[in-house]
Amino acid sequence: MRLTLKIWRQENAQSKGVMTTYPIDNISPDMSFLEMMDVLNKELIEKGDSPVAFDHDCREGICGMCSMFINGEAHGPDRNVTTCQLHMRKFKDGDTIHIEPFRAKAFPVIRDLVVDRSAFDRIQHAGGFISVNTSGNTQDANSIPISKYDADTAMDAATCIGCGACVATCKNSSAMLFVGAKVSQFALLPQGQVEAADRVQNMVDQMDLEGFGNCTNTGACEVECPKGISLDNIARMNRELLKSKVL
Amino acid sequence: MSNLKSNVPEGPLKDKWTNHKNNIDLVNPANKRQIDVIVVGTGLAGASASATLAELGYNVKTFCFQDSPRRAHSIAAQGGINAAKNYQGDGDSTHRLFYDTVKGGDYRSREANVYRLAEVSANIIDQCVAQGVPFARDYGGLLDNRSFGGVLVSRTFYAKGQTGQQLLLGAYSAMNRQIGRGKIKMYNRHEMMDIVKIEGKARGIIARNLVTGEIERHSAHAVVIASGGYGNVFYLSTNAMGSNVSAAWKIHRKGAYFANPCFTQIHPTCIPVSGDHQSKLTLMSESLRNDGRIWVPKNLDDVKAIREGKLKPVDLSEDDRDYFLERRYPAFGNLVPRDVASRAAKERCDEGFGVNATGEAVYLDFAAAILRYGKEKAHIKGLDENDEALVKKLGKEVVKAKYGNLFQMYFKIVDQDPYETPMMIYPAVHYTMGGVWVDYNLMTTIPGCFAIGEANFSDHGANRLGASALMQGLADGYFVLPYTIGDYLSEDIRTGAIPTDIPEFDQAEAEVKAQIESFVNNKGTKSVDYFHKKLGKIMWNKCGMSRNAEGLNQAIKEIQELREDFYKNVCVPGTSAEFNEELAKAGRVADFLELGELFAKDALERTESCGGHFREESQTPEGEALRDDANFTFVSAWEYTGRPSDAILHKEELIYDNIELKTRSYK
Repeated sequence: MRLTLKIWRQENAQSKGVMTTYPIDNISPDMSFLEMMDVLNKELIEKGDSPVAFDHDCREGICGMCSMFINGEAHGPDRNVTTCQLHMRKFKDGDTIHIEPFRAKAFPVIRDLVVDRSAFDRIQHAGGFISVNTSGNTQDANSIPISKYDADTAMDAATCIGCGACVATCKNSSAMLFVGAKVSQFALLPQGQVEAADRVQNMVDQMDLEGFGNCTNTGACEVECPKGISLDNIARMNRELLKSKVL
Repeated sequence: MSNLKSNVPEGPLKDKWTNHKNNIDLVNPANKRQIDVIVVGTGLAGASASATLAELGYNVKTFCFQDSPRRAHSIAAQGGINAAKNYQGDGDSTHRLFYDTVKGGDYRSREANVYRLAEVSANIIDQCVAQGVPFARDYGGLLDNRSFGGVLVSRTFYAKGQTGQQLLLGAYSAMNRQIGRGKIKMYNRHEMMDIVKIEGKARGIIARNLVTGEIERHSAHAVVIASGGYGNVFYLSTNAMGSNVSAAWKIHRKGAYFANPCFTQIHPTCIPVSGDHQSKLTLMSESLRNDGRIWVPKNLDDVKAIREGKLKPVDLSEDDRDYFLERRYPAFGNLVPRDVASRAAKERCDEGFGVNATGEAVYLDFAAAILRYGKEKAHIKGLDENDEALVKKLGKEVVKAKYGNLFQMYFKIVDQDPYETPMMIYPAVHYTMGGVWVDYNLMTTIPGCFAIGEANFSDHGANRLGASALMQGLADGYFVLPYTIGDYLSEDIRTGAIPTDIPEFDQAEAEVKAQIESFVNNKGTKSVDYFHKKLGKIMWNKCGMSRNAEGLNQAIKEIQELREDFYKNVCVPGTSAEFNEELAKAGRVADFLELGELFAKDALERTESCGGHFREESQTPEGEALRDDANFTFVSAWEYTGRPSDAILHKEELIYDNIELKTRSYK
């Protein structure tokens, strides 16, 4: 395949970025999108140019490190995949592909396609945990039965990989799907009840502090989420927040 | 014979750990506040250790090269975590888990360490549930278990096919609580460049900020290496792109012995390589072998026709198929341990029976399982069991419920529907049993420097059983290191903060900077990946699933030449004072180029076959691995002396007081 890539280049957080055009040839449809980027970078390095910086690590769709806004969509045109699992067979010979970083006020660009998502970590520091020390004397794992439905629903929320596609996709740059997923996981389990009120308030406060926008129920985040995290989690978080204020 | 002290406590096996905990020194809570600990890596071992040490009151500084601790590659583990809970009442016990692990490791691990691992395994599950890890449950609300290869009980706890993710997020949440309290200072996007020793003790590290390129000095009273395994020495593996040996290798260069580097696990069920562009390999969980049957065609004509696209695998009759695992190992069939299954697939492909264009793939076929489940379902529902279309439809639903996410992943990568045509799989590098040598306290041969998780060598011998890596990572980090490190640190309560403006830090920093500058000023012509791929090919072809003296000698020579070429001709664009991934990669590949040679040297030295290490010279007439207990019941611990070829071998004799050494047989 022969393609034209238009890629956001930005040297560092302070500099201004530009879209730069790169033609590329001999791309196999079996390559992953990031392997196509590897080919481009190899060519750039051999020409003495600087390679395009992008985040990536596990390349099997679970670490949440890869990002990229491809032709206007977080993780590109395929559904339920991260960029590392997007394959070039989803594109046609001769296509022009626009590649940009995940954009949000709370995700400043570090270089090219690499952004700083540490705001997500700080939201987790505020309350994304159950306060239990490691002791070796914790009660037996089977001492509290948990209904299969609750355990499975908690698991569905817990599969969030923290990639930030929801934020990049949302017109308000809202992080409600991300935060809602973590709040839901603990809200659905008995272990999470003791601190539930403090947790949801602290996490939401931190989310607002980081400069994420609000949710207007567009639902784009759910569509673009590589793990299919449901909008229900936002509703559950709102319920938890309301409950924490009135009870 | 050896200066290695394993420091295994005296007494009966089952009392060793309890007695040890009762007898070691403790640090009082007020003094813990005066003590700093550095942890490098945030996978299961590093994250659980960081959180637990901070809970105890130590000041912890934790480093990871990713943008968040949650991204460490433990996140990718699929299948599950073992624990001797015996919730199923099927006869499991601490002793049985201990025995299975030692036997599965082909009798090359340390008894006392493995027993302790089995002993604390049950605590791990309790701890994780308390943290809110959503393990799979049955309809009664209790925890569910599944079975894994090489064992006779169901002791594996799981969270769908994402157990590693959920356990890591649990440990990450425990870390977050401590980061929020200020007890852990987290350094994301930082790489450890070297260790700093003062009067022989580990007292700090030199780190590089990967965003700004800045070189930083960090001091501590102890340094914990939890940086994972070195499978990426093969370039292609199931490891993450950034997984590297550098932290482990840097401490090796400064005095930590490196143990059993040749013990590498090659996992049988991975998606095959599709071309030269390939950057990494993807695992298909071992659980698939519960229902998938592995085969290749019996006749080479059919292989040729399949490769040319003239014949479809589904059209080949049963008589023309060779279910080679079922043929060779009737007792265990498709569920033989990983090393055995991998070698058998390689043997068929070497004979020319590989089914894809590269000749390196075998089929993993679910057609029989779909029919079996479909008939069962039709029977339950009172429908026509002879209606083939209906049975297939019902069967596919059952298979989808069990393995849906894996089938989807396969479809996305290969673009073939595994419900309709058999999967193609081939073995790939997955895990490294070898690693930094540690004693019973998980301390390396550098005082004050500890190694935990996959980074150390201690528990899996020559082959690891499925669902045991997660167990070991969390056992080390939650339940072992927090005790043993206290014993060491109890001597440091009056030391006070370690200064960083002293000659030892000056020198280490100067060395790090010199290497970095030599890379960016090299102005070579070949990319870092060029060398990494070349190294990977040498390793795969000569140090892979089967090894012989001639190949290993060649590998050593070729790696030496490649290393020379690398330093002469590597091209690292950009500068040292910016975000520069090529520069980070260059440093990692430089270390792989040394480790690779030691790996080959170790494999050459060990002329027996055991576990994942198969020497062609040492096999039975049927082609099975032949161990040599009389001469090789020891751990090879290598001391660095300047070049890998000059490394000195120290042997730690392995003593089996509680288990009788037997030949593994799966026939």
